[in-house]
Amino acid sequence: MKTAVILLPGLNRDRDMIAAITKISGKPPVTVWQTDTEIPDVDLVVIPGGFSYGDYLRCGAIAARMPVMDAIRRKAEAGVRVMGVCNGFQILLEAGLLPGALMRNASLKFVCREVKLEVVNADTAFTSAYSQGQIIRCPVAHHDGNYFADAETLKRMNGDGRIVFRYAEGTNPNGSIEDIAGIVNEDGNVLGMMPHPENLIEDAHGGTDGRGIFESALGLLGKVAA
Amino acid sequence: MIKARVTVTLKNGVLDPQGKAIEGALHALDFSGVGKVRQGKVFDVELDTKDRAKAEADLKAMCEKLLANTVIEDYAVEIA
Repeated sequence: MKTAVILLPGLNRDRDMIAAITKISGKPPVTVWQTDTEIPDVDLVVIPGGFSYGDYLRCGAIAARMPVMDAIRRKAEAGVRVMGVCNGFQILLEAGLLPGALMRNASLKFVCREVKLEVVNADTAFTSAYSQGQIIRCPVAHHDGNYFADAETLKRMNGDGRIVFRYAEGTNPNGSIEDIAGIVNEDGNVLGMMPHPENLIEDAHGGTDGRGIFESALGLLGKVAA
Repeated sequence: MIKARVTVTLKNGVLDPQGKAIEGALHALDFSGVGKVRQGKVFDVELDTKDRAKAEADLKAMCEKLLANTVIEDYAVEIA
């Protein structure tokens, strides 16, 4: 499994993401800079979290207009798995690769804590390591994670099983509509999620609940990482 | 040169926690009779053209492509 991690000025979770992918897949990802117009031949493209362009205008808005986004769009259209975490999720929404928007947390406060997530659909490329309805732990750290989509979009996504993660057990940290924490696109190959699974992948993190997302996306199920 | 002002506001029906907080602060300052408060953004844009129709079309395209997120925001263009 070959992977790529997208780099943009202001991202700060790129090192965590690179470390997690390296640890789990056994191979370090290639890094792709925002002005690159081509992404090498990979099976998974990841946009990590942070504060690209200082969150100016809207979180992810400027990043979503950088040249690399066209390359990401082409990869997504070709069926390559694309995953955006936190700011990466905001960027995928701003780029129109996923529906909806992320707004300021309802509390107006930055939240940095652990939440519980319900795996609402375990039948996706990113969640097959989990069982349907499983509750997992996951850290969050964001100021703008309050997901919003219009009623029609929500209905369609619910019907198609595209809501993949919901905040569970009353841990919704941001006022997100329907407790939505992560969604996939129509084809199921693009995932956006606010929580940070890359920060819960080894015992030193205090748990490994986040590993399953990478193991699913990297096709490592039943195999031990090299 | 044309000077324009673009106003971007949240759509009706989209929750505005910042507007709510501002509303609460206005009440705390004893401004009586303050109803709902919604906040937004203003962009003052200078355009190197005399063609008002083109300026308006360009500004609308800018809103659609960057200045507003039309999932949650409305925009208005005003040319001076």
